[in-house]
Amino acid sequence: MATALAKAAEGAASTEHAARIEHVSKSFAGPAGQQLVLDDITLDVAPGEFVTLLGASGCGKSTLLNLVAGLDKPTAGRITTDGRPALMFQEHALFPWLTAGKNIELALKLRGVPKSERRGRTEELLELVRLQGSYGKRVHELSGGMRQRVALARALAQDSQLLLMDEPFAALDAITRDVLHDELTRIWAETGLSVLFVTHNVREAVRLAQRVVLLSSRPGRVAREWRVEIPQPRRIEDAPVAELSLEITEVLRGEIRRHGQH
Amino acid sequence: MASTETTDTTAKATAGDSPGLSGLEAGLDALESSATGRATFRQTFVGKILPPVLAVVVVLVIWQALITFKVVDDPTKLPSPGDVWGEVEDAWLEGKLLGYIWTSVSRGLLGFLLALAIGTPLGLLVARVKVVRAAIGPILSGLQSLPSVAWVPPAVIWLGLNNSMMYAVILLGAVPSIANGLVSGIDQVPPLFLRAGRTMGATGLKGTWHIVMPAALPGYLAGLKQGWAFSWRSLMAAEIIASSPDLGIGLGALLENGRNASSMAMVFEAVLLILFVGIAIDLLIFSPLERWVLRSRGLFVKG
Repeated sequence: MATALAKAAEGAASTEHAARIEHVSKSFAGPAGQQLVLDDITLDVAPGEFVTLLGASGCGKSTLLNLVAGLDKPTAGRITTDGRPALMFQEHALFPWLTAGKNIELALKLRGVPKSERRGRTEELLELVRLQGSYGKRVHELSGGMRQRVALARALAQDSQLLLMDEPFAALDAITRDVLHDELTRIWAETGLSVLFVTHNVREAVRLAQRVVLLSSRPGRVAREWRVEIPQPRRIEDAPVAELSLEITEVLRGEIRRHGQH
Repeated sequence: MASTETTDTTAKATAGDSPGLSGLEAGLDALESSATGRATFRQTFVGKILPPVLAVVVVLVIWQALITFKVVDDPTKLPSPGDVWGEVEDAWLEGKLLGYIWTSVSRGLLGFLLALAIGTPLGLLVARVKVVRAAIGPILSGLQSLPSVAWVPPAVIWLGLNNSMMYAVILLGAVPSIANGLVSGIDQVPPLFLRAGRTMGATGLKGTWHIVMPAALPGYLAGLKQGWAFSWRSLMAAEIIASSPDLGIGLGALLENGRNASSMAMVFEAVLLILFVGIAIDLLIFSPLERWVLRSRGLFVKG
């Protein structure tokens, strides 16, 4: 049982994959003994690729993201990433004792960026998420959408090649979510980042991704994959997006039905 | 803005990076941001300053009425407000008043700072190291409920009648409060902040400094406030019990002197000064600090 979690870049691997998940399983101690949450997941994210991980509740998608982020260790298998990935949560997770700008600067500071460069870099990142002029704003003075954009800027400040997103827009209203989809697509295209985006929203998955990976539930396994060839910029209302969403939803419902039959 | 709200094809084609998107975004930002205003002086005066002043005036009126209408006829039991003020004025004219206050306040603050220097690392250790918490956590909470006046007799025996003994009593009273405040502050740090910090590389001491301590600040401040209250109480107990001419006359000693001289006016003077210093330190140091911390985090709702 290989339990090595190799975090360092491995020459060849770092150029071919932004993240490489090989035969990863994870179980937790539950009331009924060991409970298998993830079962033999194998998944690669290519550099610059946008992959969404889709699944119903209990498919372990957030667990998988935590493993890739290095916040937890797999029970079996191996995860390789190019450096430490940045992670964005459903809650903005901004530190309320710091201003919007200082939140971003802290990420730069922890990465070892010299003090003289931090302010300028922070202003650039704020501009990238279209929040120029919000440097001194307190977190509670920002709207939900603005908070997630600052959180995105803070994640980008880590200058990681891989951005992990754990349902980052799930708590936002529909209008704001649409706008942030557009923003994320734009920023992804501008920065060339690899993104691994977890969601339970099928349309969101199709709207954003180049590749949609569907996980089955209890335990989480890779059920199916779709390549999304619809050109960007897409909109969530577009007919091709809706069409593919419908197809994926049918498969997803089939997966969920299986659980009712036990 | 109009073009992105409709679903026509031109909007689709430019949705990736259009002036429409940034305009829409700016509109959303403006609609959803909350403006935070501060209260005007008038509001502060009517809402915050006037009520306590009125309360003090009412107490003084009732007090004077008890004397005037001869409800209490014995000045050795209840001196008039005027007599007490006379004592304060005399002490001021003799140049002793500030001396009394400073003797106690300087001791109290120095003792408090020492308690801060010991209580903070102690609280961090208890909160972050499981073995230490299991070993001394319950004792530390228990010590909080032990009246610090109980430490005066042993402290006098160990250290004698001197300033060290006063500081020892202050420390034994305040250190548990400060440490416990920090522990409960750290326990209430949302795990999300710790996870966010870890993904940013804030682990170990860096994590403690950049994430844990600032996140625990509100609880820590509450502990400091209580720590000061305990310091001040402990010190007064020590000064009353262990008054000695070598120690200089602080407020506790003044109270004890008043009792020995059967001067109720002096006793009242001392009690009121002790109360006054306690309130003043809270109003001048801790309340503004607490309000600033809460307001900057959006936790202070009232004006």
